[in-house]
Amino acid sequence: MGIDLSLIWAVIIIFGVMMYVVMDGFDLGIGILFPFVKGEQDRDVMMNTVAPVWDGNETWLVLGGAGLFGAFPLAYSVVLSALYLPLMLMLIGLIFRGVAFEFRFKAKADKRHLWDKAFIWGSLTATFFQGVALGAFIEGFKVVDRQYAGGTLDWLTPFSLFSGLGLIVAYALLGCTWLIMKTEGKLQEQMHNLGRPLALVLLLVIGIVSLWTPLAYPQIGERWFSLPNLFWFMPVPLLVLVTFYGLLQAVKRNAHYTPFLLTLVLIFLGYSGLGISLWPNIIPPSISIWDAAAPPQSQGFMLVGTLFILPFILGYTFWSYYVFRGKVTHEHGYH
Amino acid sequence: MFGSEALDLARMQFAFTISFHIIFPAITIGLASYLAVLEGLWLKTNEAVYRDLYHFWSKIFAVNFGMGVVSGLVMAYQFGTNWSRFSDFAGAVTGPLLTYEVLTAFFLEAGFLGVMLFGWNRVGRGLHFFSTVMVALGTLVSTFWILASNSWMQTPQGFEIIDGRVIPTDWLAVIFNPSFPYRLMHMATAAFVATAFFVGASAAWHLLRGRDNPAIRKMLSMAMWMALIVAPIQAVIGDFHGLNTLKHQPVKIAAIEGHWENVGNEPTPLILFGIPDMKAETTHFKLEIPALGSLILTHSLDKQVPAMKDFPPEDRPNSTVVFWSFRIMVGLGMLMIFVGLWSLWLRKRGTLYSSRPFLHLTLWMGPSGLIAILAGWFTTEVGRQPWVVYGLMRTADGASNHSYAQLGFTLIMFVVVYFALFGAGLGYMMRLVRKGPKTGEGDGVNPGGPGQPRTPARPMSAAKDDHDTGDVSLNKEGH
Repeated sequence: MGIDLSLIWAVIIIFGVMMYVVMDGFDLGIGILFPFVKGEQDRDVMMNTVAPVWDGNETWLVLGGAGLFGAFPLAYSVVLSALYLPLMLMLIGLIFRGVAFEFRFKAKADKRHLWDKAFIWGSLTATFFQGVALGAFIEGFKVVDRQYAGGTLDWLTPFSLFSGLGLIVAYALLGCTWLIMKTEGKLQEQMHNLGRPLALVLLLVIGIVSLWTPLAYPQIGERWFSLPNLFWFMPVPLLVLVTFYGLLQAVKRNAHYTPFLLTLVLIFLGYSGLGISLWPNIIPPSISIWDAAAPPQSQGFMLVGTLFILPFILGYTFWSYYVFRGKVTHEHGYH
Repeated sequence: MFGSEALDLARMQFAFTISFHIIFPAITIGLASYLAVLEGLWLKTNEAVYRDLYHFWSKIFAVNFGMGVVSGLVMAYQFGTNWSRFSDFAGAVTGPLLTYEVLTAFFLEAGFLGVMLFGWNRVGRGLHFFSTVMVALGTLVSTFWILASNSWMQTPQGFEIIDGRVIPTDWLAVIFNPSFPYRLMHMATAAFVATAFFVGASAAWHLLRGRDNPAIRKMLSMAMWMALIVAPIQAVIGDFHGLNTLKHQPVKIAAIEGHWENVGNEPTPLILFGIPDMKAETTHFKLEIPALGSLILTHSLDKQVPAMKDFPPEDRPNSTVVFWSFRIMVGLGMLMIFVGLWSLWLRKRGTLYSSRPFLHLTLWMGPSGLIAILAGWFTTEVGRQPWVVYGLMRTADGASNHSYAQLGFTLIMFVVVYFALFGAGLGYMMRLVRKGPKTGEGDGVNPGGPGQPRTPARPMSAAKDDHDTGDVSLNKEGH
């Protein structure tokens, strides 16, 4: 038997989406935290911590979309049309957020507050509807004859709304700990103070999702709580608790780098939990990556290039973060 | 099922979002290569004017690039959200092509854009030039893949259909499908010409206001050499592209020509103007030149051009639209060639930089290339109808199953948001154009960099420096 191309592509797309969640997560988190920071200078600093990297971060979302299109066209067509409204609203949010990054610095003083608002509401909208889309994805889609067969507003459920709010908290924590790492002085102190409540709310969110999904979706409950699965998957929730403890301690002792790294671990664990719940379905509840796969001619053709090019992309991304390493400070002596 | 009004809305939404989007990449493609040429000339001649122009245009490039990124994000998702049946049917071909565009083109652009915009003082001259060339190459690679995908939808080959879905069998045949080389050449050249006229109009604006410096003269001169040489080449490429279309999509040509039926063995006339009427199956008020249609399209005086009535009504594209969009494109193209020739004549007389009628025309021609690009795309895309993949899948069968209300809501949302945001962005671009270029523009370029007070933002905030000097109130407010 040859290589399982669908499996490889699933791994690549899962990896791409995780890169997106982590990297655009803290970008969006900064927009979510903007209302908590009033000073113009502090807001400048917040934006400048991500200004050099945000568009590269967003490219992972394009890769995720294009990769899904090429490797699993059925999933691309069904999931995207089922999530039509939330995804369109997410895109609108991302447009507002994206242009605000740049226009804010070019607007005349009296127009500047408009782009601040575009940044805040764009980030909130994009994050909320990403979370809604994620929640609706977990709940699954009705598919008949390779087409989405549900209604226009099927995505609108208590669970999807809750995951929308939950993702706002998660991205806010990512943004908060990112700023702890990249800033100093009063702004950093403010973020240190925000870290603890945000972490506790996120713990609550993760707890609720962890109970809600297995109870509401027997398939997911079966996946986690049957033996020997329980034994294998137990480390995930345990690690989550340990990480939270470490995170709270790190925030308490005013660490600079640890909170962000531990938040990354948390996001990774939560993401793994999701993967455990859904694998190997790419259109929950029942269409697997193999059912939705593009023909091997397509997956193979894409893989050749991807395996060659992806290391370069990773190299560049790492290099770009390296170039812009270090604390970002107020623009002293610049008038 | 899917109502025809909902289908119209889905098509309008795609047409609107892609029409807005294409403006930014077209300028990106042209400006990136222009910047590479400027920097190359600066390295070769060491004349400051090239460096000044480089820095001036790279700021405008940065603003434009950012708008291309965010409007492009929408496109990457719209195939699935709005055209799910098409995506499922043809995703095995168009999906991998799009993925290759992301991987090979966006990688090159993203990888070298930072150095290009902010690395002036951080890397050597050679490496900086290399970065600019790589960004320019990235824009062309991007053009390559997206046009391969579009052309495959126009002239599909290299596949078989199994279980009602396209399965690629020969990727070289898929990519190098019959219309691809012509469409690629035509679009890339269009981007260059459109940018040249945008640059030329910027120079004309300054000269008309009495602002004159070597950089402004140089950019007018370079733009007019492009107009003189490349606009006629574009006409020749367009002619070849038309012949290719005649071979593979004859009904599209018939619709473009508003040509309904051949009479006996007479050669086909060329209809200069008229109003094609789809219902009455005729072209009203037509002004035609005998046999010219045959001469242009078959390069002979006796062969006939296929006519609309040779094809069943359900397979005909809307002649009213493509007849006119084609003539707008061609008319603008002729005007561009005329501007190029006029510029040569003025250049010989030594009044290129002072002839007010010429400068006024050049100013008005600023958006002509972009309008011609839009008109050309309307011609080829509306002309592809009623097919989404030519001869394989009808547009009506490719759409997602969304309601009228849902599509109407999102369409209004896109219209409002795009006009407001990209309108503001174009305003900022024009503000930058109005400021320069100045002599010594490239002196003391801010190094920026990590931990520096002024960490440069990528990509668009490259424009910040210049703007700050002209808008002091912003700094007072901010600091």
